[in-house]
Amino acid sequence: MSGPDGNDGGLAVSLRGVTKVYGNGVAGLGPLDLNIRSGEFVSLLGPSGCGKSSALRIIAGLSEPTTGEAYVTARHESRTQHRIGFVFQEPTLMPWASVRGNVRLPLDIAGLPHHDAIARVDQALAQVGLADFAEVYPRELSGGMKMRVSLARALVTDPDILLMDEPFAALDEITRFRLNNDLLTLWRGLRKTVVFVTHSVFESVYLSQRVLVMTSRPGRIAREFRIAASEPRGEDFRTSPDYASYCRDVSAALAKASDSEGVR
Amino acid sequence: MSARTASPARTMQWLLPLLALAGGIALWEAVVRINDIPVYVLPAPSVVFATLVQDWPILFAALLATLATTAQGFIAAAIGGIGLALLFSRSKWLEYMLLPYAVILQVTPVIAIAPLLLIYLPQHVAVVVCAWIVAFFPVLSNTALGLGSVDRNLQGLFELYGASDVQTLRYLKLPSALPHILGGLRIAGGLSLIGAVVAEIAAGSAGAGSGLAYRIAEAGYRLNIPRMFAALLLLSTAGVVIYLALSLVSYLVLRRWHESALGKEK
Repeated sequence: MSGPDGNDGGLAVSLRGVTKVYGNGVAGLGPLDLNIRSGEFVSLLGPSGCGKSSALRIIAGLSEPTTGEAYVTARHESRTQHRIGFVFQEPTLMPWASVRGNVRLPLDIAGLPHHDAIARVDQALAQVGLADFAEVYPRELSGGMKMRVSLARALVTDPDILLMDEPFAALDEITRFRLNNDLLTLWRGLRKTVVFVTHSVFESVYLSQRVLVMTSRPGRIAREFRIAASEPRGEDFRTSPDYASYCRDVSAALAKASDSEGVR
Repeated sequence: MSARTASPARTMQWLLPLLALAGGIALWEAVVRINDIPVYVLPAPSVVFATLVQDWPILFAALLATLATTAQGFIAAAIGGIGLALLFSRSKWLEYMLLPYAVILQVTPVIAIAPLLLIYLPQHVAVVVCAWIVAFFPVLSNTALGLGSVDRNLQGLFELYGASDVQTLRYLKLPSALPHILGGLRIAGGLSLIGAVVAEIAAGSAGAGSGLAYRIAEAGYRLNIPRMFAALLLLSTAGVVIYLALSLVSYLVLRRWHESALGKEK
């Protein structure tokens, strides 16, 4: 049942000719065709303003495509259960609620009984290493810890798919590396489908099974790279010749994709 | 929390205003005594205080009456202002239709509306309506501002999880508007006192009023200047206490998370 990558092969996301034209008439995205299999870790890599965040919001259902079709299994199979986790670029926490209250939010909205909610919140907090910070308020946390809270909130509903919009872009490098590793560990354990939007070549290569390089606006897929590194990845992958050569290739593709469109 | 150390700057912060007030009162007393100013022109602070003690039964009853009007006006303003802002946030059309009325009520001086209200309404209702008219607009506009400045990403998150309107209101909009609402209420507290006083002054000649403002007007007709000052003193004290009480409530509610309540720490 599991493929060589450990994916079960079912489609998690399928975009067909998706475009997005913004309110001001600017074509922001597409046409974009894209298949993501269930359990896959895919990065959307592109220059800023290329519409990769728009693509993610369309997958989440937060925004409608102007034309084309977006089929997201997690959205279409069950309307009642919320099978999508979303992590924004900012932690997007409610300052008036404790860490526990923030992580609990999706369960409160779903109307989960108090007792079940507590157990799942504790589990999600343990997964991101914040078990001891449940009663703390967001303002008392560092940027990295806030991001972990945001991740725990995305995980607490046990979603099928995790959408991440440049989640670590605002963090310092040491914190980002640590969160990268923790995210990989989580993904290995939980095998959720992850769609990860980033503008960092290094981050996309380090994390993903597949890197989709996008052109500048309106964003389309310029090239696709399959990162076939031995699992589990860790800090030694970051310094390996394989990693360096992937980064070089992806970097070159990104430069070309940004360039060719920039001329127009 | 770190232990509070009484730094010199901190001590001065409350000591200086007290010293300035005491100095002003002492100067006033001195000026009156040295120049032998008659009590019907300017009573000395000591005379005002003596009058306050002597007239306490009358003045205290009047204070209670004014405070009751203020409280009713304030509660009506809070309910009306917050409720109207909630309605506006649900329906733009309703906002376009009702906002002109709110603005007209706000910009028309209440002292000019009061006589009409006293004709149309029973006096005890008219004074409360006056207090309400003056006080509800800051609550309305601040609440509307708060409800409108919700974090867009958080809003998206609520959408993603399929939150109902009521849930969004309860878990997102009201908490995020709370600092603004409390700011509006803090202003409304002082304004409802002003509204109550204005209405009492306007009603004064109409008879049965017994609030502090009515006592001031009455004492004025009789040239009982010390009692005017004593009643005035009670009014300002009431205003200050109302403001401090609402500030305290705001601080207690927000101290866990909001910047305005955290400013003093560090």
